[in-house]
Amino acid sequence: MAKITAGVSTSHVPAIGAALDNGKANEEYWKPVFAGYDFSKQWIKEQKPDVIILVYNDHATAFSLDLIPTFALGCGEKYKSADEGWGPRPVPDVYCHQELASHIAQSVITDNFDLTIVNTMDVDHGLTVPLSLMFGETNAWPCKVIPLAVNVVLYPPPSGQRCYDLGKALRKAVESFDEDLNVQVWGTGGMSHQLQGPRAGLINKEFDNDFLDKLVNDPEAQARVPHIDYVREAGSEGVELVMWLIMRGALNDEVTEKHRFYHVPASNTAVGHLILENK
Amino acid sequence: MALDKPYSDIPGTTIFDADMARIGFHINQFAMSLMQAEHRERFKADERAYLDEWPMTEEQKQAVLDRDYNRMMSLGGNVYFLAKIFSTDGLSFQFAAATMTGMTQPEYAQMMLDGGRSPEGNLYKNEEKQGET
Repeated sequence: MAKITAGVSTSHVPAIGAALDNGKANEEYWKPVFAGYDFSKQWIKEQKPDVIILVYNDHATAFSLDLIPTFALGCGEKYKSADEGWGPRPVPDVYCHQELASHIAQSVITDNFDLTIVNTMDVDHGLTVPLSLMFGETNAWPCKVIPLAVNVVLYPPPSGQRCYDLGKALRKAVESFDEDLNVQVWGTGGMSHQLQGPRAGLINKEFDNDFLDKLVNDPEAQARVPHIDYVREAGSEGVELVMWLIMRGALNDEVTEKHRFYHVPASNTAVGHLILENK
Repeated sequence: MALDKPYSDIPGTTIFDADMARIGFHINQFAMSLMQAEHRERFKADERAYLDEWPMTEEQKQAVLDRDYNRMMSLGGNVYFLAKIFSTDGLSFQFAAATMTGMTQPEYAQMMLDGGRSPEGNLYKNEEKQGET
């Protein structure tokens, strides 16, 4: 049987990818950011996940205003790193676990979550930066990845509650898959940041740390927090944090917090990172 | 019945909702077109002529020519789409964000190093006004 063993959450700031790709990781500005992932790189080597369900958002890369799916599950064979305007990130293609992905689609849609299926798209920094942070530079990602793209660009994104409940449906789907697989769910994006308007640069450490605490210990309460609280207090782009609730919903009610990291700034954004294991 | 938009009283912030997406459809699709190198070249060669290929309003076109990102957003532009314009200009997200705040990039970068813009006085429009007086 497939089993969800752990969850990882992390910001996916594009400047982190640019720093890695341009050899700036050892600069004073970036050192403390990458140091926050030293434990994580070692941890994931020991964990050896077979599949990662990677929850992220597209940033007007694969999805223009032609089509805006709220939840889009990648079921295709592979996904390339997107050219976001300055050439694709030099990272390996992402290979999907197609059998598990189609099993999840069937299970989750039957459970009333109306997913969109995406077989062909490129994946942007939202998906590739978390992989780079956790696995470092590599010629091939060491596991399969099932992309789950969530709309957080066009307001409103799905509610926190909906995201949390989707996590639970994902878990049910994974646990009904016959093959023995070690599956992780990653939630990405955030933390507080605002990239637009005269209020750009907003950072709210108090909100972020409260979110981290609640996500770990009282996720049902966090799931009930409305969007307005995120956009007002954590910035217009801080609402990406609802994606972390999908990860949390896929785990046990009680989890062990293996690692926590919080740092300001990475370019315009507060960086947050959690590793949670099922008890 | 009009829908409640509680986010309209957040200062210095335009929430890209379905109404804004309707108003900004063409400006965002124009910006998206700059993902392709040949489009970037044509835009750079003659910005006005390239913009005239899109059914955008004159105000939207002028805002693009002026690189007035706050104006573009007030006319329906979304920052992730508009990012294709400043990427075409070879400018960073932090540079563009700084221009939206009226700060220079070094000033803005220093604010971020100092922990970012404080939420204090920046959560409600009326709070902002009170802060000014």
